[in-house]
Amino acid sequence: MISFEVPAGVANVSKLVHGLAMGVMRKWARWADDHEHERCEEWVNTMWSLSKGGMMGSMTGGLSRKKKEDKPKEEGEKKKEVRYQNLIMAAAVEELSWGDAGLYLAMPFMGLGGAAVAAAGTEAQREKFLKRFTTADKPVWGAMAITEPGAGSDTAAISATAELDPKTKEWILNGEKIFVTQGKSSVEDSEGFVVAWASRDRKAGRAGIKSFVVEHHTPGMKVTKVEHKLGIRASDTASIVFEDCRVPYENVLGDPEVKEGFKGAMATFDATRPMVAASAIGIGRAALERCQELYEKNGGKLRYGINPNRLTSAERDLMMMESQVRVSRLLTWKAAWMADAGIHNNLEASVSKAKTGKAITWVTNKAVELLGPVGYSKQELLEKWLRDAKINDIFEGTGQINTLVVARRIFGLGSKELR
Amino acid sequence: MFSLELSEEQRMIQDTAKSFAAEQLRPRAHECDEKGALPEDLLASAWELGLVSAVVPEELGGGGMKRSAVTGAIMLEELAWGDLALALAMVAPALFAYPILTQGTDQQKKKYLPLLLESKPAPLTAAVIEPVINFDLSELTCQAKKKGAGYLLSGKKCLVPMGSTAQSFLVYAAVDGKPGYENVGGFIVERGQKGLKIGERERNMGLAALDTVGLELAEVEVGGDAVLAGGPSCDFGKLMSYSRVALGALAIGVARAAQEYALEYAKVRVAFGEPIAHRQAISFMIADDYMEIESGRLLTWEAAFLLDAGKDAFKEAYLAKLYTDQVVIKVTDDAVQTLGGHGYIREHPVELWLRNGRGFTTFDGLATV
Repeated sequence: MISFEVPAGVANVSKLVHGLAMGVMRKWARWADDHEHERCEEWVNTMWSLSKGGMMGSMTGGLSRKKKEDKPKEEGEKKKEVRYQNLIMAAAVEELSWGDAGLYLAMPFMGLGGAAVAAAGTEAQREKFLKRFTTADKPVWGAMAITEPGAGSDTAAISATAELDPKTKEWILNGEKIFVTQGKSSVEDSEGFVVAWASRDRKAGRAGIKSFVVEHHTPGMKVTKVEHKLGIRASDTASIVFEDCRVPYENVLGDPEVKEGFKGAMATFDATRPMVAASAIGIGRAALERCQELYEKNGGKLRYGINPNRLTSAERDLMMMESQVRVSRLLTWKAAWMADAGIHNNLEASVSKAKTGKAITWVTNKAVELLGPVGYSKQELLEKWLRDAKINDIFEGTGQINTLVVARRIFGLGSKELR
Repeated sequence: MFSLELSEEQRMIQDTAKSFAAEQLRPRAHECDEKGALPEDLLASAWELGLVSAVVPEELGGGGMKRSAVTGAIMLEELAWGDLALALAMVAPALFAYPILTQGTDQQKKKYLPLLLESKPAPLTAAVIEPVINFDLSELTCQAKKKGAGYLLSGKKCLVPMGSTAQSFLVYAAVDGKPGYENVGGFIVERGQKGLKIGERERNMGLAALDTVGLELAEVEVGGDAVLAGGPSCDFGKLMSYSRVALGALAIGVARAAQEYALEYAKVRVAFGEPIAHRQAISFMIADDYMEIESGRLLTWEAAFLLDAGKDAFKEAYLAKLYTDQVVIKVTDDAVQTLGGHGYIREHPVELWLRNGRGFTTFDGLATV
């Protein structure tokens, strides 16, 4: 039965997180943007105490994809029990990003690295690597290291290597990773970890690429740079160099053999891309709401229902911004709901990411444009939201890469035919 | 709770509409467009599906199915995928009957709703659009002036579907010339009434197969019992929200037809030694169109869902139509572009979809769900 009713669990999380976003995040948003590479203590400590209190429990591991479960319901009809974990996560990420997208990324949290462990790890690996996010004494971060100076979206070109030392049964990692979100926080400033992608066999192309959990402060791993960015400045973006960095054998995620491993690694994206979209939506909604508020304060009216040709240009822009935010959320919820319902969502995950990245970039641009000097000024957060939003059309696969995934899917073409 | 899975009933209705569209509509769409007519047998067999009449209450002899805008939207998308002109012809009687069903007096329901149960399409339609630039639903130029217990209607209408043969018209007019949705009334006018002139069959850019006419009303006298909801005004905003959902779904149906056609064409059309689908210039355009269709459909369904849940949904339906209007224009244009010169030739259906799709920004109130 088609329904757009927001599940109670989702609504509750939205409400709860919105309070946090309003009470703590907005207060520090401008400060965090002005103080790149500084930790916002109030935010980190607040989130850490909540994580330990169990509030983040539904989010930690929330991205693991559930199998379909059939449970008969009272009506005598067989209905699928959907637990909405991905949807809850999407709602939480939207609210956090409505508060501040940089602080959201900087919160002590398992991050994409943890998501990879949750999605591709064994029970023992989850136990070993994820528990810390609810039990450690001090804040902990997790990170994912894929991109290299010479390999962005083209992950098959990854040149970092993982060699197996037959004597010690250890992986020896070599190579340089860049653009690691919360990389410094994960491996130098806390007792977290980074999941690094490296090739076991460069001749094997994609099939040779595996992901490895590298613990904080592992010898041979070094943070060499922390980037200065356009937006999401509250979050550190690090370069990490591996030089004969030794990692225990059991830290490899998924099958260590050279075969079809890449698909498994890519499957993580099906879960994380809708979350990136959800983050964009939070920023877009913030910009939209502020714009509408200022527009109405200045005596503007939104005349829904009249002939669109009679709308003012600003009215039409505001309405289109509203539609774009709404559409982005619907596409994202669809992808998240499919994951919750155990339906393969590779296409929909990319649709949500490609569309939302572009749509929200447009929405936040319009917001700055519509308010003129007020929008451009740092007295408002609008210019910051534009800068923050842009990353969502870039990381976890650029808009173009996700469009390519969509195109290949709908045409039924492989990467050799549609390049 | 949140789900995008069709119910069994929705699946059944979708399948019915889908196979009818594929087997009956699509193969004949070109011929209907060229001839400018929908064959009677096609209209009759479409009517026999009972997709419009299912909601007639049991006490009036009908099936008493609960009206659902979501289910209706699913059905209309499939029919429009087959052919928009025929889809609009099919729902034309609903334009009269559904407002009666939801807002009509008991007497009006008894008089008109059983007509939906006849074996032939009910000769009922509605007149909403007016032949003016900047036509606005909230400022109709057609006016209703109070006279005794009834009203005098004056003004012009156009794009009245199936108007050449309709017996009863539901004409919308501004009561006492006052602006605003809240001041719009619905008035039942019968063919042959004094002061009503039914124009010649219209010729428009698209919808050539659909019979549409203009109406001229010169002080047409309407009795108090022929005013929707007992008058003077009706809940016109709600009626138009249903209409916007219907038009959104139809637009998505047309767009989907064009996108799918372009996709299949791009897979087999070879240029420079490879199918053109292998080029991002083509495949990205079609991928974008796919995403916009998904977007428009979800917006439309959400508005429909809110209506089914008894919510106002005025804004949501308006925004959904604003969005899908643009989707269908972009997607049908892209489809013609994908086929290049071949798309411009009438042998391929994409130019017809472009002409039909272009009309959605004009089609206020031309369908309901």
